[in-house]
Amino acid sequence: MRSAFALLLLAFSALAMAQGNLEINTPAISQVKSAMASRHAQLAPHYASGALGLAGDATVQVRDANAIPLAQRGAVQSAVAAENADRATLYREIAKANGNPAWEADIRATFAQRWIDKAQPGWWVQNAQGAWVKK
Amino acid sequence: MKRSHVSTLAMAAALSLSACVTINIYFPAAAAEKAADKIIDEVWQLQKKADPAATAPASKETK
Repeated sequence: MRSAFALLLLAFSALAMAQGNLEINTPAISQVKSAMASRHAQLAPHYASGALGLAGDATVQVRDANAIPLAQRGAVQSAVAAENADRATLYREIAKANGNPAWEADIRATFAQRWIDKAQPGWWVQNAQGAWVKK
Repeated sequence: MKRSHVSTLAMAAALSLSACVTINIYFPAAAAEKAADKIIDEVWQLQKKADPAATAPASKETK
């Protein structure tokens, strides 16, 4: 009886592992996450204006530079470059933190879908065919 | 009785351990989605902040 219980417990823990969480609490991930969070305030108005869009490859792209006031254009463009560098680091670090660097591409694809799903109405996202659509 | 109990446990442990190793070779899509959601919520500040410390790192950052 007790051994049956122990077996059951072990089976459950194995199941929990199979459906468990990915490790995302490493110093590298936290650092890149907080940099992205503070950059978001700068980027958000440009998602809303349509200047920036969420691309199908899990990056941010400048869709329409003319929609950015000239005075801000350079700064926004370098913020986008920094954002994409941080995103690449994020995907790589998550794969690494979980002992499978080869997962990087899968993680990037997962993020691509989730960034787009979670984008606010009015933001521009790239569909599966690579065309820009307004949510 | 006791001995068989221990060996059953040991076998079960070995089995579940090998199960973990096997499973981890495959990409855990559901777990990845959950992790992505959590990170995106934090980056885009989509959900109520559980930790008030979230504003603290911003002040330390060099802009």
